[in-house]
Amino acid sequence: MRTRKSARVGQYAALLAYLAFLALPFLWLLSTAFKSPRELGSPHPSWIPEDPTFGNFRQAFDEQPLLHAASNSLLAAASAALVAVLLATPMAYVMARHRTLLGRAATGWVVVSQAFPFVLVIIPLFLVLKNLRLIDSVFGLVMVYVVWSLPFALWMLVGYVRAVPAELEEAAAVDGAGRLRTLVSVTAPLLAPGIVATALFAFITAWNEFFFALVLLKTPEKQTLPVVLTHFIGAEGVADLGPLAAAAFLATLPSLVVFALIQRRITGGMTAGAVKG
Amino acid sequence: MTWVTGSGRPAERDTRAGPGGGRISGHGAWFLVLPALIPILVLSVGPLLYGILLAFTDAQSGRTASTRWIGTLNFQDLLHDTLFWESFRIGLVWAVGVTVPQFLLALGLALLLHQELRLRWLARALAIIPWAMPEVVVGIMWRLVYNADAGVLNETLRDLGLGDGRDWLSGLGTALPAVIVVGVWAGMPQTTVALLAGLQNTPRELHEAAAMDGAGAWRRFRTVTWPALRPVALAITALNLIWNFNSFALVYVLTNGGPGGRTRLPMLFAYEEAFRYGQFGYAAAMGCVMVALISVLLALFLVGRLRGGEES
Repeated sequence: MRTRKSARVGQYAALLAYLAFLALPFLWLLSTAFKSPRELGSPHPSWIPEDPTFGNFRQAFDEQPLLHAASNSLLAAASAALVAVLLATPMAYVMARHRTLLGRAATGWVVVSQAFPFVLVIIPLFLVLKNLRLIDSVFGLVMVYVVWSLPFALWMLVGYVRAVPAELEEAAAVDGAGRLRTLVSVTAPLLAPGIVATALFAFITAWNEFFFALVLLKTPEKQTLPVVLTHFIGAEGVADLGPLAAAAFLATLPSLVVFALIQRRITGGMTAGAVKG
Repeated sequence: MTWVTGSGRPAERDTRAGPGGGRISGHGAWFLVLPALIPILVLSVGPLLYGILLAFTDAQSGRTASTRWIGTLNFQDLLHDTLFWESFRIGLVWAVGVTVPQFLLALGLALLLHQELRLRWLARALAIIPWAMPEVVVGIMWRLVYNADAGVLNETLRDLGLGDGRDWLSGLGTALPAVIVVGVWAGMPQTTVALLAGLQNTPRELHEAAAMDGAGAWRRFRTVTWPALRPVALAITALNLIWNFNSFALVYVLTNGGPGGRTRLPMLFAYEEAFRYGQFGYAAAMGCVMVALISVLLALFLVGRLRGGEES
């Protein structure tokens, strides 16, 4: 299909506008992170720092327990991702291979659970965890994260299981492989990339999560990175901009790296699914 | 989590395992399902039902006296709570104000990315940023952009000679529009990806045939692209409405509900009621009202859209 030249120019102009809208706020965050206090105080801020400095990063680490918070976040997110995938994979397998009432109920629940405001879930959870003495504990938070990430973990995994042709399993069965043997040596290797992608996605969601962590963790030493970041913003909303930008940038890096790794898988998987459906 | 919608439950039809193979006996299936089912029941279904029950009690945090049933008293109080209804109204303005531009902008971007343009890779790479960023960081980042003195927005306005700019997030009139822009930015990539997946589903041959017949771009979009895209578009819009209505972290970081409650979304209101004032029962009632009203509005929206689709 030929497109007229003027239309092309318009398209590129629109694309550039989108790129600017998406990228500029992030570039501004980066720029602020490397500015000296003197420059931040100047009435005419510029895009490129005049004398770039790492001082904000040092100050960010001095002011708030960032490393400690990052290790809390890492612990919570990694364990939540691991447990969620361990629990979800077998169920996803059953849901993908069998059309059962349970499977349909679970799918329905996935949709319904998205619609409820967190406040309706967090109050009872808060009371339950309090009775179990799991308030203000990373373990309690991990439990919440696991359940919270199960719906989409199931959703993703069911898709990945369906992509593994059942005929392969049948062929293995015909060749005399037992049920377990088939799962371990035929299904599991084909499913592994999907499981890893699901785990990484669960990791990012837990790493980024704020609301549950805000409610459930009270002691500063136990708080996760997003909660600690909000401490940079003082009570009056007056913030030390340089260190705030530096800390915010650092907190984003793990998500960006992990997401870059799995992005193709997520968007690609969706596209493949859409074409097939 | 918005990406989930776009997949639109793909392989629904090839679910049946072939005859004989792939079958798991009843006991085996339960054994595989229970590890995930029990936590879901105990920590998701259970709390939700418990939460609904709490709405009919006078539960408070840190109280020694036992909690009592008070029937619908919480709901009656809520009915007369003008602050809550103001917050609910703001929540609706926010949800619609974010979802509609988000959809239009995402549709535009998806159509562009569907063309064979250069720089597509860059757009895809950049789209990762809002998607992967923690909401708290998105909030902090835009605070830097909006900052009255050191922010780039005011500086740009000054450079263009459009006045001195203002303190966007603490102005009574500008705070809500300012946070809505952030909401649009944060949610655009997911919507774009979902719509792009839908676009790749449209039949290319039809498109080409329409072009042969001399149909212009707008006509091709109306008659070929949009009908194929509609189901995805409806699903993502409905979900975006729900998610946006229930959002919390962005606005908590940007304005914490201020100035003067102008950006106090229902979730912020309920959070304060529950965890600052300890009114668990009352906050749970708010949660119930939010769910109920949003479900009704959404049902009306979907029924209206579906009917509109049949006519055209």
